[in-house]
Amino acid sequence: MEHEITLVVNGAARRVRVPARRLLSDCLRHDLGLTGTHVGCEHGVCGCCTVLLDGEPVRSCLTFAVSVDGREITTVEGLAGPGGMSPVQRAFGECHALQCGFCTPGFLCTVTALLRDNPSPTEEEVVEGISGNLCRCTGYQNIVKAVHRAAELIAEEGR
Amino acid sequence: MSTRLFGEPVRRREDPRLLTGQGRYLDDLGRDALAAAFVRSPHASARIRDVDVAPALDVEGLVAVYTWEDLPERIGRPLPLLIPHPALTHGRTAHPLARDVVRHVGEPVVMVVASDRYAAEDACALIEVDYEPLTPVVGLERAVRGDALVHDDVPGNVGAHLVQEVPGADGRGAAEAIEAAPHTLAFRLHIERSASTPLEGRGVHARWDGRDLRVHSSTQTSTSVRMAVAAALGLPLPNVEVIAPDVGGGFGVKIVHPWPEEILVPWAAMTLGREVKWTEDRREHFIASAHERGQIQDVRVGFDDDGRVLGLDVTILHDHGAYTPYGIIVPIVTSTQLLGPYKIGAYRVEFSSVYTNTLQVTPYRGAGRPQGVFCMERTMDKIARHLGKDRAEVRAANLIGPDEFPYDQGMTFQDGRPLVYDSGDYPRMLRMLKELIGWDDHVGRPGLGIGLGCYVEGTGVGPYEGGHVQVTSDGRVHVSTGLTSQGQGHETAFAQIAASELGVPIERVSVVTGDTRRFGYAVGTFASRAAVMSGNAIALACRKVREKALRIAADALEADPADLEIVEGEVRVVGAPGPAVPLSTVAVLANPLRYAFDEETAKATQFSGAAPPDRPPVAEGDEPGLEGRDYYSPVRSTFAAGMHAAVVETDPDTAEIRVLRYAVVHDCGRLINPMIVEGQIHGGVAQGIGGALYERMVYDEHGQLVNASFMDFLMPYATEIPRVETAHLETPSPLNPLGIKGAGEAGVIPVSAVIASAVEDAEGFPIDRMPLSPSELYHLRLRHAGQEPGGD
Repeated sequence: MEHEITLVVNGAARRVRVPARRLLSDCLRHDLGLTGTHVGCEHGVCGCCTVLLDGEPVRSCLTFAVSVDGREITTVEGLAGPGGMSPVQRAFGECHALQCGFCTPGFLCTVTALLRDNPSPTEEEVVEGISGNLCRCTGYQNIVKAVHRAAELIAEEGR
Repeated sequence: MSTRLFGEPVRRREDPRLLTGQGRYLDDLGRDALAAAFVRSPHASARIRDVDVAPALDVEGLVAVYTWEDLPERIGRPLPLLIPHPALTHGRTAHPLARDVVRHVGEPVVMVVASDRYAAEDACALIEVDYEPLTPVVGLERAVRGDALVHDDVPGNVGAHLVQEVPGADGRGAAEAIEAAPHTLAFRLHIERSASTPLEGRGVHARWDGRDLRVHSSTQTSTSVRMAVAAALGLPLPNVEVIAPDVGGGFGVKIVHPWPEEILVPWAAMTLGREVKWTEDRREHFIASAHERGQIQDVRVGFDDDGRVLGLDVTILHDHGAYTPYGIIVPIVTSTQLLGPYKIGAYRVEFSSVYTNTLQVTPYRGAGRPQGVFCMERTMDKIARHLGKDRAEVRAANLIGPDEFPYDQGMTFQDGRPLVYDSGDYPRMLRMLKELIGWDDHVGRPGLGIGLGCYVEGTGVGPYEGGHVQVTSDGRVHVSTGLTSQGQGHETAFAQIAASELGVPIERVSVVTGDTRRFGYAVGTFASRAAVMSGNAIALACRKVREKALRIAADALEADPADLEIVEGEVRVVGAPGPAVPLSTVAVLANPLRYAFDEETAKATQFSGAAPPDRPPVAEGDEPGLEGRDYYSPVRSTFAAGMHAAVVETDPDTAEIRVLRYAVVHDCGRLINPMIVEGQIHGGVAQGIGGALYERMVYDEHGQLVNASFMDFLMPYATEIPRVETAHLETPSPLNPLGIKGAGEAGVIPVSAVIASAVEDAEGFPIDRMPLSPSELYHLRLRHAGQEPGGD
């Protein structure tokens, strides 16, 4: 049996019919065509599928689409503003914080929420803040650097 | 040549799309494709009595179900043995779907195609396979007993046996040299299995339009997949194209091909006349792709009072799992690269590569080198301990000198060529490392240790790569090469090379990799070879383009080509800012036209007066267009090197191991982009730390991989990885025009050896087995305090 739900994705209301068992990650990727959200493990450990649900990071591979009917979702496609990439996105590019890019959307969503809640995190808070996301390419060093750099950019730009 | 871009930390051109969710990975393609899923063996060793698909037939959305018996003869054949070797006397490969028997958990038995993955999985769950379980062979010790067999026709489970022996300068063999040495040691080392574990698994998407087949695969070699798919399907090669889209990491596992799915998915697309896609899930990746590392090494070494090795004899037992599609490259690399930066008096190495009922073993970043380096570096530490000498001093006593290149190790390397090091400066590297980590000032204490490890890495193996460079009439430069990318930043590094060689702004250069529509001849991305091979091929192709551009521009400028240079995309007389011809115009002039399509191209048409009326528009031996193609095919590999050191702290109660500092000195010849090279090193070290302290594939005695998930296979998070301090030494390779050596695998190679060295220093007893968990370290403590019996 299918359910008609409405998800507010990156600011736009999207109506979609899904079976009860459709994962939010699959709904975003395959029903709505937003393939920027990636699936790395399907069991909530790697963090690749992290999206913001009403602003809070969640694992979209552990969330049923029907369970978030009416809620606001931000995916990597929604992080950039009208002026271009967000400070977090720019900082990741500047600091070479990505290689293959597969884990990157999950990190970007996680870090966006992290810096909103804690605009000037310590080194320890940064490492702790990203410790729910796996990256196999970078060794994390440049990701940590990018989080600090993003904090600087946000402060400079008064966002 | 403008060198402004070569060697600069140019920002990556890949990043804007990857940062905004616009990357295109395999599963992002084919939104309307049918989905494939597989029923995989739950047994490590079993005979298939019967497959009953009937219960699945009512699943809504089911399109097709295939077992081995449903496959045409040429599809059902065993997969190719990619790298045959005379010593691989009993090479065996799998059928795309199991035929009568299964030899590891995860082996595909049935393929299901359905409207979407949910339906395909529903059908898989309902298919009943009746197995007769057999006795599984798990673990090297069990395999060599030979009382149970993985393949009935492979006695003793031995797939390959190879001995290489290099006598010392005095002509004595290793056994004799060790016998005669003032000091001898003998010991056994264990290294457990790990795996590449890219965050994106494998995947295949195929589309057949009745004549042409287009395959996308998350692969490290699209050209070779293309040839294998065309051969298996019996299609003419020009009718098959294979594209590697954005690939979410490879680290070795995706060089294996064709995977069963790479044959079956295209075949299903042709058979059904529909697009078909298969995306590997995480459990499948654990049990149905490939692992690496597992070895047992028995070592005997003889040395003098200064710690100089006089003779070394190593016997390696290598677990290659159930099949050998990639031949015996891994143990060959271990046995040759084991020698590292050292002059070893006499060397004998023997390996047996054996079958077990576990997942196949194929290269994972480092490809046998981490095991070889673990062996040699443990040996160096043991010699130092035996003689009461400083560990760095013992290494220094054995290093090849900077004036001894080319240095011939007297062996045959993985490319079938002599193991001859091309360049390096190992003593200087050791001095740099000691300074970087503060070796001489380190004050140790129980629970605080320092360690080091050295390696040499053969990179840029042949046979060849190619590059194609085309300048179009809009002034854009289009570069293509056949090998693939999985995050190494090739689009950026190759654009830097092209921009530097051609003298054009990098913004005008675009790079395509891994697309057989653009470049059909290639080998693939592995063995830290992409920058060396394709980098040089692209540089050579650019030089052809440059030469042609100067020749054409010389006519237009009525100058001698030797007096011309290209600056910012314009050809002009050297040092003279006078008249200049933009490359866009040169591209127009290079292609005589009948039909114009804009004002610029009107200059090349037949009534424009540009061409002399008494000569053919395209001169004999010339070609239209401003483009060039060239190949780089080295006589043998080039040898990068590195030395790492770490300071670790071990918890007196919990035995937890913390890496406080990690230092890397690295030599990959000339650096194209230091930012990218450092990123490669950081990532490699992180994988090395994972392999040294956390990651292992745990098979139980039944051949079940009991930790086949990210919950249980402990890949490190940011909390586990130290900050890496790096320093670079650049000894250019004399073997290639750009003087570069590969960097991709460098970071990972010595890490287990370095951590073992440091933990040994902290704890005061030998560390002969990796990875090392807190629980294992705790038990080692008890054993060495005499509170626990046994051990090896």
